[in-house]
Amino acid sequence: MTTQGATDYLSFSNIQKSYDQKTLVVKDFSLNVAKGEFLTLLGPSGSGKTTVLMMIAGFESVTSGDILLDGKPITSTAPYKRNIGMVFQNYALFPHMSIAENLAYPLKVRKMPKDEIDAKVKEYLELIELEHMGGRKPAQLSGGQKQRVALARALIFNPSLVLMDEPLGALDKKLREQMQLEITRLHKKIGFTVIYVTHDQTEALTMSDRIAVFNDGVVQQCAAPDVLYEHPENSFVADFIGDNNFVNGTIVAEDGDFVTVKIANAEEEIATKRGDCGPIGSACRVSIRPEKLFIMPHEPACDNKINVTYAMRLYVGDFIQYYFKLPDGKDIVVKVLNDHEAPKFDEGQPIGLTSLKQHCTAYAAT
Amino acid sequence: MKKQKFPAYYSIWHKLGHYGLQYSANLVLAFLILPILVIIPLSFNVEPYFTFTEGMVTFDPDAYSLRWYEGMINDPNWRLAIKNSLIIGVFATLIATILGTMAAVGLSSKNMPYKRLVMALLLSPMIVPLIIIAAGMFFFYAKFGLAGNYAGLIIAHAVLGIPFVIITVTATLTSFDRSLYFAGLSMGASPLKSFFDIVVPMIRPGVISGAMFAFVTSFDEVVVVLFLAGPGQRTIPRQMFSGLREQINPTILAVATVLIAIAVMFLITLELLRRRSDRLRGLDEHA
Repeated sequence: MTTQGATDYLSFSNIQKSYDQKTLVVKDFSLNVAKGEFLTLLGPSGSGKTTVLMMIAGFESVTSGDILLDGKPITSTAPYKRNIGMVFQNYALFPHMSIAENLAYPLKVRKMPKDEIDAKVKEYLELIELEHMGGRKPAQLSGGQKQRVALARALIFNPSLVLMDEPLGALDKKLREQMQLEITRLHKKIGFTVIYVTHDQTEALTMSDRIAVFNDGVVQQCAAPDVLYEHPENSFVADFIGDNNFVNGTIVAEDGDFVTVKIANAEEEIATKRGDCGPIGSACRVSIRPEKLFIMPHEPACDNKINVTYAMRLYVGDFIQYYFKLPDGKDIVVKVLNDHEAPKFDEGQPIGLTSLKQHCTAYAAT
Repeated sequence: MKKQKFPAYYSIWHKLGHYGLQYSANLVLAFLILPILVIIPLSFNVEPYFTFTEGMVTFDPDAYSLRWYEGMINDPNWRLAIKNSLIIGVFATLIATILGTMAAVGLSSKNMPYKRLVMALLLSPMIVPLIIIAAGMFFFYAKFGLAGNYAGLIIAHAVLGIPFVIITVTATLTSFDRSLYFAGLSMGASPLKSFFDIVVPMIRPGVISGAMFAFVTSFDEVVVVLFLAGPGQRTIPRQMFSGLREQINPTILAVATVLIAIAVMFLITLELLRRRSDRLRGLDEHA
């Protein structure tokens, strides 16, 4: 799936998981992860991404398939012998131990000499900037501090791999953004390999080297954030990553990497890139990002023109979101930066929208 | 401004209900506690009666004495009974606590098959009438040479105590976050080490209160003792029982007072342990 160099530090081959021997939660999961890579499993809840994480950690068994870590299969290794660090959504700090004792626990279990443990704990407390909090109990820390301790505790014993299960899910928005930076900083500094699970696409886009979009127990696409955003392979990924508009239509002509689509209930034809759509005559959905659409007459030099009627606008702050109706009655959204006098329209007023053909992609109708 | 006792919308019926509930609750408490409290002064009676004498009512020091306490301590029967109660109670509690905790941990695992059935079986000693259990045990234990000796009584009392331990430990386990245990495993601690380092400290209050209940159950128990104990295993309740029939005098009131004192001390210890362990578990934010 990827063409990078040594991407087989952690590899999954045809992993399947079933809880009841009837339905598969994970249908066919194959993926390679490079050493030091930050890989995110992104998917809606119930997509099976947490199950994959639990199988790596060893808390769930693998129904079939193999997981190789550094060339060695780990599926038959007990969880506590896998040397994999884990950060949980609810932090899972031991409430009866102080912060320093929490950090020391994995080292104590490994029978490290006491002075080495003390030095290591001090080093990691400084790393997460909580050097004066070592004596406190977890209950006395804020959510963000707790998650930093949980992170340090998962890293302190030099695990071969760090798993993070929606670690920022319980934090508010501001704190979440701070922690994203914090995790990225630690990752850059220490260079550990991470498998990160989240349903928050912003989190995935900002932190990851690569993102595996997961749905229905299958990896839909695994690629770098910018590739995923700009060249989604199917309409699930196009819809799930970022905001997107879908215009229904029929394919009427083909020209190499581009196709021509006749918009449903209208006479206009638009040129689009070829996604996973079918041959001439088949139904398709054309995706166009809201920020890649322009309201006439500002950008008249575009390839495509779509006639719509104005419905309403939302004032978001940094941008303004315009809602229009397509000829078949579906909504289409346009984002306009709030940097000049934003245009105003009357409800029902006919408007022309334009776009470049490389910003439109035709996918198979679902 | 005067603080209003009732919200403005309260009608006469609301107020009547309020006071009615208050008085009936007080009445229930009085009926529960007074029969116990009345025993305490009577145990200091100088006369061998179970009623208040004139001297006691007028607080004449000569009407009070410690003779029944002396009698209790000097009577070899009572001394044996106290010793037996402690031996049987301590060992039965130990067994019930260990087995009950293990059962509770197993029963709260999601992989446990026939969970409800096993739970019902283990809790049945609490529900089945004691006399039936005692009779059953008598015939069953006799076959294995467990009637008329300490081992039999300790096992029998452990069986009676296990349900209490299971209930209290299960209750603390429901609030236990299993990801803590998983976190222990992920850091390299074996399942057994994770259990002792992480699970046990968290469920300790449940284990302690379960153990207390188990001990009190054994300490109070008379029916099973009547069936299973030989003359050498008379416990305090058994001695009181025969005392009531044979030589009725306030010695049993003295014993009862001692038992009440022990029970109160137990409850206080329990509460102190609970507070301490809450503090250790980091639940008290002001620790």
